[in-house]
Amino acid sequence: MHDIIRQLEEKRQLARLGGGKARIESQHKKGKLSARERIELLLDPDSFEEWDMFVEHRCNDFGMEKQTPPGDGVVTGHGTVNGRLIFVFSQDFTVFGGSLSESHAEKICKIMDQALKVGAPVIGLNDSGGARIQEGVSSLAGYAEVFQRNVLASGVVPQISMIMGPCAGGAVYSPAMTDFIFMVKDTSYMFVTGPDVVKTVTHEEVTHEELGGAMTHTSKSGVADKAFENDAEALLQLRRFIDFLPASNREKPPVRPTPDSPTRIEESLDTLIPDNTNKPYDMRELVEKVADEGEFFELQSAYAGNILTGFIRMEGSTVGVVANQPMVLAGCLDIDSSKKAARFVRFCDCFNIPILTLVDVPGFLPGTSQEFGGIIKHGAKLLYAYAEATVPKVTVITRKAYGGAYDVMSSKHLRGDVNFAWPSAEIAVMGPKGAVEIIFRKDLGNNKKIADRTEEYRKRFANPFIAGNRGFIDDVIMPRNTRVRICRSLRMLAGKKLENPWKKHGNIPL
Amino acid sequence: MFKKILIANRGEIACRVIKSARRMGIKTVAVYSEADGDALHVEMADEAVCIGPAPSSESYLRIDKILAAIKLTGADAVHPGYGFLSENATFARKLKRQGVAFIGPNVLAITKMGDKIESKKLAEKAGVNTVPGHTEALRDVRQALSAAKKIGYPVMLKASAGGGGKGMRVAYNEAETREGFASAKREAASSFGDDRMFVEKFIEEPRHIEIQIIADSHGNTVYLGERECSIQRRHQKVIEEAPSPFIDEKTRKAMGKQAVHLARAVKYVSAGTVEFIVDSKRNFYFLEMNTRLQVEHPVTEKITGLDLVELMIRVAAGEKLPLKQEDVTLTGWAMETRIYAEDPFRGFLPSVGRLVRYQPPQESDHVRVDTGVYEGGEISIYYDPMIAKLITYGNDRDEAIAHMRHALDGYFIRGVSHNISFLAALMAHPRFQKGNLTTNFIAEEYADGFDPSDVPHDDPELLVAIATAIHRAYQERAAGISGQYAGHQRQVRDDWVVVLGGKEYGVNITCVTGGYDVSIGEERLHIRTQWQLGQPLFQAQVNGSLICLQMERDGAGYSLFHSGLRADVVVLNPQVAALYALMPEKVALDTSQFLLSPMPGLLISLSVTEGQEVKAGEELAVIEAMKMENVLHAERDGVIKTVHAAAGDSLSVDQAIIEYE
Repeated sequence: MHDIIRQLEEKRQLARLGGGKARIESQHKKGKLSARERIELLLDPDSFEEWDMFVEHRCNDFGMEKQTPPGDGVVTGHGTVNGRLIFVFSQDFTVFGGSLSESHAEKICKIMDQALKVGAPVIGLNDSGGARIQEGVSSLAGYAEVFQRNVLASGVVPQISMIMGPCAGGAVYSPAMTDFIFMVKDTSYMFVTGPDVVKTVTHEEVTHEELGGAMTHTSKSGVADKAFENDAEALLQLRRFIDFLPASNREKPPVRPTPDSPTRIEESLDTLIPDNTNKPYDMRELVEKVADEGEFFELQSAYAGNILTGFIRMEGSTVGVVANQPMVLAGCLDIDSSKKAARFVRFCDCFNIPILTLVDVPGFLPGTSQEFGGIIKHGAKLLYAYAEATVPKVTVITRKAYGGAYDVMSSKHLRGDVNFAWPSAEIAVMGPKGAVEIIFRKDLGNNKKIADRTEEYRKRFANPFIAGNRGFIDDVIMPRNTRVRICRSLRMLAGKKLENPWKKHGNIPL
Repeated sequence: MFKKILIANRGEIACRVIKSARRMGIKTVAVYSEADGDALHVEMADEAVCIGPAPSSESYLRIDKILAAIKLTGADAVHPGYGFLSENATFARKLKRQGVAFIGPNVLAITKMGDKIESKKLAEKAGVNTVPGHTEALRDVRQALSAAKKIGYPVMLKASAGGGGKGMRVAYNEAETREGFASAKREAASSFGDDRMFVEKFIEEPRHIEIQIIADSHGNTVYLGERECSIQRRHQKVIEEAPSPFIDEKTRKAMGKQAVHLARAVKYVSAGTVEFIVDSKRNFYFLEMNTRLQVEHPVTEKITGLDLVELMIRVAAGEKLPLKQEDVTLTGWAMETRIYAEDPFRGFLPSVGRLVRYQPPQESDHVRVDTGVYEGGEISIYYDPMIAKLITYGNDRDEAIAHMRHALDGYFIRGVSHNISFLAALMAHPRFQKGNLTTNFIAEEYADGFDPSDVPHDDPELLVAIATAIHRAYQERAAGISGQYAGHQRQVRDDWVVVLGGKEYGVNITCVTGGYDVSIGEERLHIRTQWQLGQPLFQAQVNGSLICLQMERDGAGYSLFHSGLRADVVVLNPQVAALYALMPEKVALDTSQFLLSPMPGLLISLSVTEGQEVKAGEELAVIEAMKMENVLHAERDGVIKTVHAAAGDSLSVDQAIIEYE
């Protein structure tokens, strides 16, 4: 018995060292933490319950049988973040470069299966050189097992990937199917084929960082949702992010106390909309003045800046925000912004998170690059996402809501629950100038007539009243009261029940 | 007395005048440009008239439009404030012709004092000290030498067209005069094409000290003590105080008497200011006379207990001054700082935009805020970027400074860049506190510009303790989230490690009623506060003394702003701190190889292409921001390696436009 306990202790010691002191130090030199250190940072102190510490790989080729480190390059288990359960796997770069073997994959699958059963988020800390080449197809099978589970878990429990080292080839597809991808600046990269292959095939010379670094994926490709300065910053921020999410699709988002009053009046919002309707303003100010304590956890801030997405809290409870941003491309919807917002709306809908939509949209972005790029189908994604969503939907039109984009942005017609407009709202098919040039085409040569007609149109349509007549907006609210009106609407909607017709799944225009 | 006063101005001074007029029971009329429709002075006045488009040349400077507004509203007097038309003789003359009172001096005084040479001659005649010098252009070096000898060394040799140090030489003896005369002349010839040279006394360690006077139309003229305005940046006053820490009673009297003589010489009526330059031996010399209310008049009001605007109105209405020279008393100490929308971190580049957040400190007997803006208002590109004047008052200078520091710490502005941290750093500067001022103070002490991250704090433990208290509160709340394992709820610890300025502090904190008790090593700090999560201002009593700092959550840490400094702090549990210490120090990207966009805006054009050689001063790019075109010039010679942006791109602050080789 004592012997067994001694052996157990030895094995644990060995497992805790991963690939050994030297390799951990080399990891530190690169500015990276070890797999276990990362878990320590992520979880509440002493809450980690490790599983499968004694799993070893089963490969007998290329002398692999001589090295069988316990744990096989990934640390898995569950623990708590601010007292709430999460499952986590953390790949260990010090063991075979964090490469994925069959048993490594099995460990990941095991916690995913369990997370699905109990309904808790799965957090992946990715730091892996790729497939365990010595294992051949067994390794590939392992990836596919993980992919399959990513898909089954999608929409059931939140899945988050934190890329903290290399993530290349087939390995990228597991994070790609999770809900959010975060990256660590300078030490992580993701790509399907690396710089060497790119050079051979397309003769492009590109560095790892340029091809798949955090900057690339947060600003150019839109693959990643956010980048952090270093491992410690990333994991501490991840804790804050997890606090926004419900444990599963069976639960409502968590609530935490706030001293911020739901009846806070923000007089300064009355002057947010400039007199000149073509002058931009920063929609972020509205988001921050409406949110509890002014805190906005923005996602994809450097990508498709013409739409803002992210989480805030209202009366302590999570709300997803989608907002047109007049500062970028006048807030037009385009391919990138439609995709960005659509995916975010669908996440919120999966996990019972109410959606607040702030609208100032002059329409869809015109141009060949947009049409050739398929704006029809990409724009439709956002339309589909809003129309499909059954969570509470509150919409505030601050200024422009023109044309098809008006319909798309969580309009009444797409089952918007509460649709408010500010007095500055202009809800119409298009702006006065464009409209007059079409309706009164014959007067085009006559500047005076056109000007009169434009003014006439402006008076008639550039206001919230026509939409109000039809009940397409529920009320016109003073900007200063926006927070209190939203808070009350969300309270009213807390018991909302709405179901879509039964189907295997819809066919979103992918 | 007047029935209705029109204020031909905007911003804080318009609001200031309205306040006094209202107290006197006089109705007020505001004028405003199209850009100022929502401005505070418009809201405060009884009536308001729009006088044209945003640019001052089409509105606030248009005499005809203001006269029309007077006619329209039936105002019987005009207060011009400062700037704009306040020293415009034509305006004063036209008002007189229309029988409308100008709340300011007579046309003669404005004209005479508006002319530099004329005013100097007048001053000399009135027995006012002027900077000794040779008023004619020097013929040759021999004449320069004899003039210098007469004036007395040191002297300043300066070219007629000289400026910015060019064509100027200081000489302490004959040899230097010879050499300086020749070289300055050469420089002036090549730089300005005009090599006429003058010589005058060089003032060492110059201070800017001015005398406030007020006169009525019955021949009474009194001086209301001095103001010291030596703290200037490029001739722009930054801090003013009254009295001066340098002037003794004898000098004050002498300066006051001369100022009154000068005023009498032009039959001056109303408030005016005689500016002097004072050397290290308290010799004072006349600079100029400002025939209007000064920006910095509140410091005089604070120590004399007078309302200068009210007095101006009364004397303009023909009343007698209610006081004689012997009634003037100077009590206590007043200090004024000018809060500007400018970015001290970027060479004081003016900043414009929306005041997303604006919370001035609470006004009291010790704190006065003269402002013309409000939260949600706009700092416009068209006018002076002054946001407010902050005035504090105490029994002595130290007290006034202490109030100022506290008020600056609590002044909360977001949306535009501002100079509050710079002002707070000046207030904390030991040399400033000693009163050892000259007009070169800022140039000498901040030769390399100002960075709030570089300001040392005299009490880092205080920041550490407050950061811990803030963090503890946030963690306490995080631990209050719903959905936790019953029986395994998160417990918030008492021991923390705080990282500040690369140093780690072990901290123990306990929650007590009304605050926190913190120990850092041997030190104990008792923090008592009403602060709540999310509030940007942290106000507390720490070991009994009042403190205010500003806080921003920044990633996993906090940025604290206090006393002119910015401190980035993280609070960690001890295990995490050990791991945090392993994180590499990220070397800030060397941006010297880049041309960065100094503001958000639209890239209008690029004047260079990749591979092109550029010389310092050459135009590189044009950025449009807030309807203004800003030309970016090469700061040095070099070759363009990469162009990172194209015309038509919208740029964010610090976005790279061009990279040098």
